[in-house]
Amino acid sequence: MDHLPTLVSEARDAIQAAQSVAALDELRVRYLGKKGEVTALLKGLGKLSADERPEAGERINQAKQTLADEIDAKRQQLESAALNARLAAESIDVTLPGRGQAEGGLHPVTRTLERIEGLFTRIGYDVAVGPEIEDDYHNFEALNIPAHHPARGMADTFYFDATRLLRTHTSPVQVRTMKSSEPPIRIVCPGRVYRSDSDLTHTPMFHQVEGLLVDEGVSFADLKGTIEDFLQAFFERDDLSVRFRPSYFPFTEPSAEVDIQCVMCSGAGCRVCSHSGWLEVMGCGMVHPEVFRHSGIDTERYTGFAFGMGAERLAMLRYGVNDLRLFFENDLRFLRQFA
Amino acid sequence: MKFSEQWLREWVSPQLETQAMADQITMAGLEVDAVEAVAAEFSKVVVAEVLSKEKHPDADKLNVCTVDDGSGEPVQVVCGAPNVDVGQKVPFAQVGGVLPGDFKIKKAKLRGVESRGMICSASELGLEEETSPGILVLSATAPVGADFREFMHLNDMTIEVDLTPNRGDCLSIKGLSREVGVLNRLAVSGPAIASVSTEIDDSFAISVEAPEQCPRYMGRIIKGVNIKAETPLWMVERLRRSGVRSIDPVVDVTNYVMFELGQPLHAFDRDNLQGGMVIRMATPGERLTLLDGHEVSLRPGTLVIADHSGPLAMAGVMGGENSGVNENTQTIFLESAFFTPLAIAGQARSYGLHTDASHRFERGVDPQLTPIAVERATQLLIEICGGQAGPVVEALSVKHMPEERSILLRSARLEQALSKTLDSDDVTDILQRLGLDVSMQGADWAVTAPTWRFDLAIEEDLIEEVARIHGYNNLPVRRPAARLALRSADEATLTQARLRRQMVARGFQEAITYSFVAPELQATLLPDAVSPVLANPISADLSVMRASLFPGLVRAMEYNLNRQQARVRLFETGLVFNGELDALSQVPMLGALVCGPREAEGWSGAKDRVDFYDLKGDLESVIALGGEADTWRFEPAEHPALHPGQSAQLLHNGEPAGWIGTLHPQVRATLGLKMDAVLFEVRLDMLSQGSVPAFEPLSRFPEVRRDLAFILNESTPVQALLDCAKQQAGEYLQDIKLFDVYSGKGVAEGHKSIALGLTWQHPSRTLNDEEINQLVDSIVTQVRVKLDAELRG
Repeated sequence: MDHLPTLVSEARDAIQAAQSVAALDELRVRYLGKKGEVTALLKGLGKLSADERPEAGERINQAKQTLADEIDAKRQQLESAALNARLAAESIDVTLPGRGQAEGGLHPVTRTLERIEGLFTRIGYDVAVGPEIEDDYHNFEALNIPAHHPARGMADTFYFDATRLLRTHTSPVQVRTMKSSEPPIRIVCPGRVYRSDSDLTHTPMFHQVEGLLVDEGVSFADLKGTIEDFLQAFFERDDLSVRFRPSYFPFTEPSAEVDIQCVMCSGAGCRVCSHSGWLEVMGCGMVHPEVFRHSGIDTERYTGFAFGMGAERLAMLRYGVNDLRLFFENDLRFLRQFA
Repeated sequence: MKFSEQWLREWVSPQLETQAMADQITMAGLEVDAVEAVAAEFSKVVVAEVLSKEKHPDADKLNVCTVDDGSGEPVQVVCGAPNVDVGQKVPFAQVGGVLPGDFKIKKAKLRGVESRGMICSASELGLEEETSPGILVLSATAPVGADFREFMHLNDMTIEVDLTPNRGDCLSIKGLSREVGVLNRLAVSGPAIASVSTEIDDSFAISVEAPEQCPRYMGRIIKGVNIKAETPLWMVERLRRSGVRSIDPVVDVTNYVMFELGQPLHAFDRDNLQGGMVIRMATPGERLTLLDGHEVSLRPGTLVIADHSGPLAMAGVMGGENSGVNENTQTIFLESAFFTPLAIAGQARSYGLHTDASHRFERGVDPQLTPIAVERATQLLIEICGGQAGPVVEALSVKHMPEERSILLRSARLEQALSKTLDSDDVTDILQRLGLDVSMQGADWAVTAPTWRFDLAIEEDLIEEVARIHGYNNLPVRRPAARLALRSADEATLTQARLRRQMVARGFQEAITYSFVAPELQATLLPDAVSPVLANPISADLSVMRASLFPGLVRAMEYNLNRQQARVRLFETGLVFNGELDALSQVPMLGALVCGPREAEGWSGAKDRVDFYDLKGDLESVIALGGEADTWRFEPAEHPALHPGQSAQLLHNGEPAGWIGTLHPQVRATLGLKMDAVLFEVRLDMLSQGSVPAFEPLSRFPEVRRDLAFILNESTPVQALLDCAKQQAGEYLQDIKLFDVYSGKGVAEGHKSIALGLTWQHPSRTLNDEEINQLVDSIVTQVRVKLDAELRG
C-alpha cells in the first residue's frame, strides 16, 4: 500500500515514454489489467481493517483513474501523430494534370447547325431532311425554275445525268414536306448542298439551313419578324440592325436578301464587310404560288414564307473564322478550337 | 451591268450624291456591286497640239517635239512614243502636274535635251489597265488648252449593278433611268429618236420560218458606210465605262445602242449575203464558224439567221465570222429583232457561250424596241460613217408576240400580304410610274404589264413591286402566331445529336469531309463499290460519290499525320451512296477512325497504341445508348479495306449494319499511310433505334455468383461461349462477365482460357446450391459438346 505513490509515478513515466499504441496497451495490462499491479492493490484491500479500507480504496481508485486517463490521453496523442505521419506520407502533387482524355468536339458547322435548329425547334419548328442526290423536278421544276430558266445559271449544278444531280440547295426538302403534310407547316431543313464552284470564298460542298412556314394569314411582316428575331438571337445581339433588300428567287415572291450590320466592326466599315457596314447573310421571301401549286396547297387559303442561309458563313461570322476552306480540311488544330 | 453615272444623269438626274443614289438603287433590288472613278486622280493635263517633231540627236527612239498647250508659247518636250506626229491633238501633262501613282512632272533633261512636260498615253492617265503602245491621240476638234479631265468628262463614276435574272429590263441606260425615275418621282428623257429618211431603195428580203421563236425581225441596208471612220471619243469613253472596247464604228454603234436602249443589234456585210435572210431552226449537222473563231456543230433546237447559202449567225447569241463587218465593208445589213426568251434561253450555255446579246434575250428584250433601235443605230451610223439608209423591212407575226398580261391586284390581298394598309393613290402612283396601265375596279387595281417587264405576270409580282418601291424596311414587323399544340415525342429514338455527343464524350473530334472522293482512293478501299459518278466534277479528285465514310476519314487522318498530329480520333456522320443511279441508296452513317497512342501523351499513361478493342469499346458505348445492346452482334468477316483477322461485320437484328476493323496492311501500304488505323462505320438509322426503359422490380434476395474458366480452341470465338452459357443458364441469370482471357504457360498450345463470372438472382426467393449446380453442370456439358471445350482444372 505504501508503495502506491511510487507505483503511480513509475507508471506515469512509463506511459509518457511509450512509443506506440501497442506499448500503451501493454502498460494498461501491466498496471490496470486483471492481474495488473494496481488491480493487485485493490485485491489486497481485504487485508486492511474496515476503518482503513474506504480511504485506501479511494486512493487506489483515484490512482487507477489517473493512470487510465493518462493512457487515453497518450493514446490520442500517439494516434494523431500516426495519422499525421500517414497523411504526410500520402500527400501527392495536386497540380499534376488529371488522368484520362476526353477532349473531343463537334465540328463548328455542326455546332452552328445545332444552334440554328435549336432556336427554331424551341418555338415549334420541326427538323426535316432529304436526299442529297436529287432529281431535276425537286431541285428546280417544283421550285418554279423550269429548264433553261436564267436562274439555273445562278447555281452551278453538279450533274450525274440529264435529270439527276446533287441538290444545289436544301429547298427540295420543302417541296417533299409540303407534298407529304398539311399546313400549318413549320420546318427547318439543315444539310449539305453542292455547287460547282471552288475558290477562296467557295467550296464545292457547303451547308444550308432552309426554313418554311405555311399557315393561314402569314404575311411579309411575319417573315421580317422571324428573321430579325433569329439573327439577333443567333448573334446574341438585341440591337443588331437587320435590313431587307428586294431580290429575286424563283420560288419566292416577294423576295428579299437580308443584311445585318457588320458584326466585326458594328457597322463602321471593315475588310469583312467591304467597308459597307453591312453583311449579306441570307435570302428569304413569301412562298411563290407556283411552288404551292406543285405541292397541292391552296394558294388562296394559305400563304407562307421561306428563308435560307449558309451555315459556314454564319459560323465564320460567329467565331471569326477567316478562311472558308478550313472547314473541310479537318485539321485537328482547327477542330479542337471549337470543342 | 456597268454604266457611267454621267450617261445615266443625261436621262434622269436625282438630287443625290453618287453613293446615295447607289444605295437607293441597291435598296430597290438592283444591287450595286461597285462604284469606281472612271479615271485615277491626275492634275494639270491639258489638250495640246503637236507643232513640230525632230529626231533626238543622241537617241534613236526619242523625238524632240514642240507642243501648243494653250499657254501662248510653244513648249519643248521629249517623247518616246512611236506614234507621235505633227498636227495631233494629245493629252499633255504640264510641269507641276501629277499623274496617277503620284508621278510628278518636272522639268528634265533627257540625254541632254530639255523636256518640259509629258505627252501621255491612255495607260499613263489610268484610262487603260494594260500599258498602251503609244500616246493617246484625240480628235482633231479637241480645243487646245482645255483641261483634259473636263474635255473627256473624266469626273465621272462607273456604277456596277448585279442584276437578278428577272430584271432584264434594267440592262440598259434607258431601263435603269426608268427605275431611278420611279424611285425619285422624276420624269425620264432620252435622246430624241426620229426615223431616218431613206435615200436609197436597196433592201434585202427577210423570211421568218420560225415565227414562234422570232416574232419580229427588222433589217435595213445602209450603203456607202466608211468603216475606216473613227468612233468619236465620247462614244469610245461611254463604251469603255460600260466595260467594252472600241472595235470599229459599226460594231461600236451596235454596242452603244444595246447599252443605251437594251436592244442587241447585229450588222452583216451585205456583200457577203446570198439571196435573202432566213430565220429558221438549224438543221442537224449544220456548221457555223462564230465571230470568236470557234466552229460549232449546230443542234436542231438552235435558232439561226441564215441566208440562201447557209447559217450566218446564232440568233440572239453571236454572229458568224464570215458574214460580219470587216475592214473592207461598204454596205451593211443592220438587224434588229425580237427573239423570245424561250428560244434563246439555255442556248448560249449549251454551246459554252455567254454574250451580252444572249444575256439580254434570255431575260427578255422589249419587243417594242425593235424599230426604235434600228432608227437610233442608223442615225448614229450615218453621223459617224456616212452612208445612205434604205427602207426598213419588217417581218412581224402578231400572234406570236408576247401576250398582253392583265393582272388584278386586290387591295385586300395586298393588305394581308404586307400587314399594312397603303394609301390607294400611292399604290396607283407606284404602279403607273413603273409603266403599268392601271384602272380601278372598285378598291382593286386592274393593270396591264408594260412590254419590257417580262417578270410581271401574277398578283404576287405586283405585291412585290408595291412593297419594293414603298420600301421593304418601311413595312411592319410582327411575329407569326401559332397554336401551342404539344406533339408526341418519340422517346425510343436516339437523335443524331445524341449519338454525336457520345462520340465527343469518348474523345473524338468531328470531321466533315466532301461527299465526293477520288475514284482511286475509293477503289483502293472498296474495290467492289458502285456509286454515282459526277458528269461535271470540279476535279478528278472529287468525282465519285463516296460509298463509305472510310475514304474521307482516311484522307483526314493522312492530312493530320502530315502535320505532326500523331494521335487522331475522328468521326463523321453523313450519307453514303451505293448502287447505280436507278437503284441508289443514300444512307446516313456514323464512321470513326483512330490511330496513334491509346492515350494522349502524359505522365501517367501507357504508351500503347490503339487497337481494335479500343475502337470497339467506343462503338459499344454508342450502341449502349439505345439500351438494346442485345440486338447487335459482331461477326468475324472480311472486308477489302480491313485486316482479315481483325475485322467484323456488325449485325443489327441479323441485318448488316456496318463494319469495324484494322486497316488492311496492304491497303495501308498502297496509300502510303504512316500509321495503322482502326475504323468503323455503322448505319445511323439502326443506331438510332433504342427502347423506352421498362422497370423490373429489384429482388430482395441474395445473388449467387459462380466463376467458370474454360479451355477453348484458340480459333473459337468467345461469342460462341457466351451464347452457349447464356442459353443454358436459365431465366434467373442476371449477368455474365468475361473477366479473364489467358493463353501461355499452363494452357495447351493452340488454346486459350476464358473465365466467366455468372450471377443469378431470383425475384422472390433465395436460390439454393442445388439448382445453381444443375445450371452450371448444364453449361459445362453443353460447352463441351458444342465447342469441344473443357472446364479448366
